[in-house]
Amino acid sequence: MIRILYFGKLADLAGTSQQQLSLPAHISDSEQVRTWLADTLPFGDALRDPVVRIAVNDELHPDQHPVTDGDEVAFLPPVGGG
Amino acid sequence: MRTILLTDAAFDPAKLLTEMNKSASGAGAVASFTGLVRPASTEGEVTSLRLEAHPVLTLRGMNDAADAADKRWSLTDLTIVHRTGDIAVYDPIVFVAAASEHRRAALEAVDFLMDYLKTRAVFWKKETGPHVSRWIEPRTQDHSDFARWSSKEEA
Repeated sequence: MIRILYFGKLADLAGTSQQQLSLPAHISDSEQVRTWLADTLPFGDALRDPVVRIAVNDELHPDQHPVTDGDEVAFLPPVGGG
Repeated sequence: MRTILLTDAAFDPAKLLTEMNKSASGAGAVASFTGLVRPASTEGEVTSLRLEAHPVLTLRGMNDAADAADKRWSLTDLTIVHRTGDIAVYDPIVFVAAASEHRRAALEAVDFLMDYLKTRAVFWKKETGPHVSRWIEPRTQDHSDFARWSSKEEA
């Protein structure tokens, strides 16, 4: 199982802020997870948008990163505090 | 001394500033900034702001911001307090303060830290009001404000 976290507007679109999912056999990196979820949940183009960053196990990576069973994948829309 | 706090409780900027003034070790200058929830946005009346954070990345990013400020300026003390959760209009969202021997470093460090928090810190903000419900993204101004620091020489 992998854990998925959604933040900001992505949680609104997904209808949830986290999911536990079985990792399909053909998926092995973070960008594949993104595509898979973008195809199966009602995100429209929001999840596919490259401004959305992906953190795997609390680490941000600029490019796709391997994902295996037990990992946590977080989708982060554009940020801004203050 | 460095104080970095991420909290879902209300905080008092005046108290934080008083603590900084008392504890500022050898510093002659203390500068600060307080960010408040505005009552109106471009979309209409705002009654509350929701601030969301990441369980790990947000605090780590606040410490990264402090590290970056420490590299550029000689500061004796630094405080960053950021609130999360639902915040009412006029209430404080963020407080940043810096102490240094002379005023230039403290003033610039606070300016830099706010620019950093506005563009790079891992938070998500949602404005809500009678006719408003929208996630806010940094303005172009925020990004160009932060870009200023890349072109300036590091102190």
